Amino acid sequence: MTMAILEIQSLTKRFGGLTAVNDVSFSVEKGAIVSVIGPNGAGKSTLFKLISSFVSPTSGRVDFNGHTITGMPAHEVARRGVVRTFQETTIFKEMTAMQNVIVAHQLRCRASSVGIFFSSATARADEERFQASAAEILDYLGLGPVGQMIARNLPHGNLRALGIAVALAAEPRVLLLDEPFAGMNIEETDAAVKMVRGIRDRGVTVILVEHDMSAVMRISDKVVVLNFGTKIAEGTPSEIQQNESVIEAYLGRADEEIGH
Amino acid sequence: MGIETKQEASSEVKGSGGISSGHDRLPAGSKLRFFALAATLLVVVPVVLGRSPYYITVLTNAAVLAFISLGVWVTFSIGRMNLAQGAFAMVGGYITAILSTRYGLSFWLCMPLSGLVSAALGAFVGWPVLRLKGVYFAMITLSLTEAIRLLTLNGGDVTKGATGIVNIPRPGAIGIFGLTIVPEFSGADPLPFYFLACGLLLLGIVAVWRLSTSRLGWVFRSLRQNEDLATSIGINVGKYRVIAFAICCFMGGIGGAFFAAYHQNIYPASYTIADSVNFMLYCFLGGLDFILGPVVGAFLLVIAFEILHAVQDYQALIYGILMIACMLWLPNGILSLAVRRSSRESPARK
Repeated sequence: MTMAILEIQSLTKRFGGLTAVNDVSFSVEKGAIVSVIGPNGAGKSTLFKLISSFVSPTSGRVDFNGHTITGMPAHEVARRGVVRTFQETTIFKEMTAMQNVIVAHQLRCRASSVGIFFSSATARADEERFQASAAEILDYLGLGPVGQMIARNLPHGNLRALGIAVALAAEPRVLLLDEPFAGMNIEETDAAVKMVRGIRDRGVTVILVEHDMSAVMRISDKVVVLNFGTKIAEGTPSEIQQNESVIEAYLGRADEEIGH
Repeated sequence: MGIETKQEASSEVKGSGGISSGHDRLPAGSKLRFFALAATLLVVVPVVLGRSPYYITVLTNAAVLAFISLGVWVTFSIGRMNLAQGAFAMVGGYITAILSTRYGLSFWLCMPLSGLVSAALGAFVGWPVLRLKGVYFAMITLSLTEAIRLLTLNGGDVTKGATGIVNIPRPGAIGIFGLTIVPEFSGADPLPFYFLACGLLLLGIVAVWRLSTSRLGWVFRSLRQNEDLATSIGINVGKYRVIAFAICCFMGGIGGAFFAAYHQNIYPASYTIADSVNFMLYCFLGGLDFILGPVVGAFLLVIAFEILHAVQDYQALIYGILMIACMLWLPNGILSLAVRRSSRESPARK
């Protein structure tokens, strides 16, 4: 049996009277691709924010490699290797694509702030490494040709890839992708599915929130279904496709939505 | 849109790819410009205007005001509009005043200490306050300027209340082994203060330029563009916000120390909200995209203010109209005229 890299234990988040996430538990095996699906407002995004510590839970906890990361500052969770992307195309808009990715190497910075200011040997070595690594990441995601473009001028498809490039630069062990296929046509989705598999093959465990059911069913090792903040099912894609409560949650539109 | 995008993209390709490899917001030949500025300030001005104390005084003021505004520019680079710089100049000024009049400490020790105390205070206040953004941060810092003024007014024996602290000694001589490196500053000759002011300014420009083009500058800009994204890639947003703010306050404190020794007095009215606003206006007027923005802005406004002295009654009115005109027609500052559209960063005016 493979080891669980991430253990989500009874996570609950209430906003006032609204319970966005209610007692959700599941585990994520190392090297897996796990999808979290559910109708709009099911609490998927909140769950992501809880895992990445952008929001703290009302109760419950998240263990990463056996250590509880709940309650840590979000940047510390990222430093340990749990890195999220954002639903919108969130990037540093006024920097070039290359600069976006280089800045995202901050975690691997060995030079101190003072060393950086005086351009110490360590700082210069850092920059050289980051430059090479950023170029490699950009090439890997097919962004090599647009590396010198200001990010806000990039075509929409490239923006999402850049968002992922920025996250990869932080050297995640677990990458949380928020709707990576949203708004893509079939070919774009195919390419993106390949890309996500490729990221997994680089040794990164992937958790994604997604609406595109056919992509989810193709790509996932495990699917977790949320409805009104509660986990209603968990299993392999084929188990989920036959699950009664899942079909019910999707209000009879199951046939088209779940990808039969 | 297509054409514009292409233009910007192609102009960007010419730039350097990385972060540290010389990519800065000054146009090409920035070093040349800097040396031209240094030569003008340190050689041309003293030779041409050296015999007219009035002009030297105006330029001394402008240089130190520009230095203080450079600090405000640093807080702009993390996306915060700082209206507390007057308060930190005031703190620096009072530290120098108190240490030199009460304890007889040399100005040359008082000045760095003033900077450090202001920076420490900035870090202490900034830690909670920097969570606020936009107009909320601006308002809090604005009231901080007023709070410090009231504090000095009611400081009892420490700040001497409304009477302020007077007879602050001028900077003394510096010498090693009996060899005088810096002569004692006298009241008769304005040039030593002028050189000190220019030295501070040039050093400040180099330091901020270095900061801004180094990885730290890029981290600062990443905060301005998206704090959540910066957090997600492991940047300790709170820490870097405080670092930027403390650097700003340090420069405010140094500038305040200078003015305390220069005017030989300091009062609660020495720095008011208007001063804090002016430091910010210098940045706006020169251009937030440019390190030299606050410098150009400060010199232009200080000199314009003096020239308008001739039409005294209408001075404030004309000054105000000039400001409005600049904001309307040159929203990216005067320096944006000099630089083509290449590698422009939109200012932090959210």
